[in-house]
Amino acid sequence: MTSASRRIAGDRLLQTMSILVLTLSLVALTALLYDVWSDGWRRLDWQFLTSMPSGRAHLAGIYPALLGSLYVLLVTAGLALPLGIGAAVYLEEYGGGGRLARLIEINIANLAGVPSIIYGLLGLGIFVRVFGWGPSVLSGGATLGLLALPVVILSTREALRTVPMSAREGSYALGATKWQTIWHQVLPGALPGILTGLILAMSRAIGETAPLITIGALAYIDFTPSGVMSPFTVLPIQIYNWISKPQAAFAENAAAGIIVLLVLLLSMNAVAIVLRDRFQKARA
Amino acid sequence: MTRQTQRWVEWLIERALLLCAAGSVLITAGIIGALAFETVSFFREVPITEFLFGTVWTPLFYDAQFGVLPLVGGTILVSVIAMAVAMPAGLLSAIYLSEYAPPRVRRVVKPVMEILAGVPTIVFGYFALLFVTPLLQRVLPDLALFNALSPGLVMGIMILPLVSSLSEDALHAVPTGLREGAYALGATRMQAALRVVVPAAFSGISASFILAMSRAIGETMIVAIAAGQQPRLTANPLQPVETMTAYIVQVSMGDMPTGSIGYRTIFAVGTLLFLMTFVLNLISDWLRRRFREQYA
Repeated sequence: MTSASRRIAGDRLLQTMSILVLTLSLVALTALLYDVWSDGWRRLDWQFLTSMPSGRAHLAGIYPALLGSLYVLLVTAGLALPLGIGAAVYLEEYGGGGRLARLIEINIANLAGVPSIIYGLLGLGIFVRVFGWGPSVLSGGATLGLLALPVVILSTREALRTVPMSAREGSYALGATKWQTIWHQVLPGALPGILTGLILAMSRAIGETAPLITIGALAYIDFTPSGVMSPFTVLPIQIYNWISKPQAAFAENAAAGIIVLLVLLLSMNAVAIVLRDRFQKARA
Repeated sequence: MTRQTQRWVEWLIERALLLCAAGSVLITAGIIGALAFETVSFFREVPITEFLFGTVWTPLFYDAQFGVLPLVGGTILVSVIAMAVAMPAGLLSAIYLSEYAPPRVRRVVKPVMEILAGVPTIVFGYFALLFVTPLLQRVLPDLALFNALSPGLVMGIMILPLVSSLSEDALHAVPTGLREGAYALGATRMQAALRVVVPAAFSGISASFILAMSRAIGETMIVAIAAGQQPRLTANPLQPVETMTAYIVQVSMGDMPTGSIGYRTIFAVGTLLFLMTFVLNLISDWLRRRFREQYA
């Protein structure tokens, strides 16, 4: 083999290996989706969505878990949305590279790398014990709210940065104050980007399991949560509960629960993508 | 509104926004406070040397022993398996996406990676226990139902998108001039990629590896489902192990009275986990900043 053809063969080899790796990850994803679907689709019906959990697999359903997920998500969004946007507006529009702003920035970057189960220990130590909220919807939602906060802050700052300087300058030229400029020009301009980030953060929160187990969310609940102080379970914990049972019938339930979870996530992501597209078109 | 009140309102709003931003510092303080409080009580009862160097972890038994090494060993074993998948595969896919791939292929691969990154970990756990383990058992008859291998491999697939996208960013940041120089000297794309671009992006790529390692160590549900709950100090990936995160889940699923030593163990283990991931994140951040300075 000449050296030139050997070099070309090497080039081909690297390319082939890369394509092989990418194909394998595609195969893994397909296998995962197929496995879950083929295990669980038979259990998917109205009864499954609207029933309480039960010791008998074919009677069990995810109704309380679905409602629990929804309640927790509302608390999570209620905390992460105002705090996250407020923090992002401060850092992007006011902070101005001061010492305090830099400290806060480093802190947020570090928080984004903390494992989610550590947030669970935070929720257990502070919300459940010190505040005395118990293993309630409020504790769970607040824990996930803190977990989602760095994501919301980072994506909101990203969105604020896309609003052109000229929009701010025009507003100042007309005599608007800083806050009037932010409220009437910057925030509306960044709104689709902010919403996209928020939805993505929520879609991550809805799949979180470990921190809610850590704060003591119950695995078996045969009532729907009555308010923010009520004990609760969420869809991923219900799924975990079914996976840990040895009988195959419960594994079927778990698979069906996963399908519901994935459909929820997919629809949330679809909304985010539509928003992003609109946003890009409006800018173009 | 008079000018005076308007100025006052502006001032008030700025303070309120500052409070929101400063709230994030409170979260860090809360994490450290919650962990430290119970951990200090834990170390009043258990000597720190026994915790760090003991090789038996039986905190819930009558004859309780608090050596954390089996949990650390289990965590590292699973993470190393995950990294053995995610590092080569992630780097290869990054090289391909940055140096080879036509736009058409990128348009297919990118969403697949994004979907993989968005799948909840509980789903990967189900996949590891009920699909990958039975599949592997056909080839490896010695493989236990709960083992380190299967969750390790699945975790590798889970962190692959992270390695791939961060490494790709690093490769992209390498100036085109370096590539063109290599091509001018007669290098093939492979030679340019492996001998010029990858070495030039080395610190950025290692930053992505270390961040992935930190993610693997903190990952919980895959191992809680598929790796088992038997703390054991072993390098054999075919046996059940227990990771630090899986231990925290195991205790939380039971009924642990507040203030008991068992309750405190999860905070002690959590503190160790927090410190490990924190150090890794710092190193990764330092490498990334060094890399950015190189080409700024």
